[in-house]
Amino acid sequence: MKLKEIKEKLDLKVFSGESELDKEVIGGYTSDLLSDVMGHANEGQLWITLQTHKNVMGVASLKDLAGIILVKGFTPDADTVALSKSEGIPILGTEMEAFELSGKLYNLLN
Amino acid sequence: MYFEYKVVGGDFTIAGVASSQVKKTLKQLGIDSSIIKRVVVALYEAEVNVVAHAYEGVIYVDIKGDGIKLKVEDKGPGIPDVSLAMTKGFSTASSSVREMGFGAGMGLPNISDNADSFRIETVVDKGTTLHIEIKFH
Repeated sequence: MKLKEIKEKLDLKVFSGESELDKEVIGGYTSDLLSDVMGHANEGQLWITLQTHKNVMGVASLKDLAGIILVKGFTPDADTVALSKSEGIPILGTEMEAFELSGKLYNLLN
Repeated sequence: MYFEYKVVGGDFTIAGVASSQVKKTLKQLGIDSSIIKRVVVALYEAEVNVVAHAYEGVIYVDIKGDGIKLKVEDKGPGIPDVSLAMTKGFSTASSSVREMGFGAGMGLPNISDNADSFRIETVVDKGTTLHIEIKFH
């Protein structure tokens, strides 16, 4: 499913990477531990987290993730947004908690 | 091909820079993406370890036809008990490092899982050197 479609169905806000929403999403990974994501997330997945700092984008880029969704109304740091634009990996957001968002995304993709 | 990258302890803004450049280089060389993924995970964890635990370090990257050798040498506190440090979930990271989502005790195990060969040399109060090898075939 395209990221654009997920954004619309889950009513997600787009913080950065508006032009990159045609990316194909093949799954999701929910974690706030960077090494966990580094070790276990896969290319093309959406990363659900509450971490907002720049290293999150570093990990997302190294792992070729489709994008990041920040939960609970968290907003990305300015340097995270800048890196998101240069790396072409969108950051989206929601007021939902990680559990709720993960469940909805899981249902959408399966 | 041979590269060196300096890493400064405590500076999380540059964590991942070496990994990102090595990833680009391996892509340009046409290395299999499953191999690149393993190199990236191992090198990123090693980079973050230097930033999170050491005062400074140098990453030596040696790419040859059959594989990549990474040597990550730091000046730092060293590791008093290597087998404990290799245990999943064990970490000595500070609370501020943990708040960022680092220090989950997964770094060294992630390196080990992704390397074909992994060796740790460490001296308490002096520093640690990681030797990581990943073959291309």
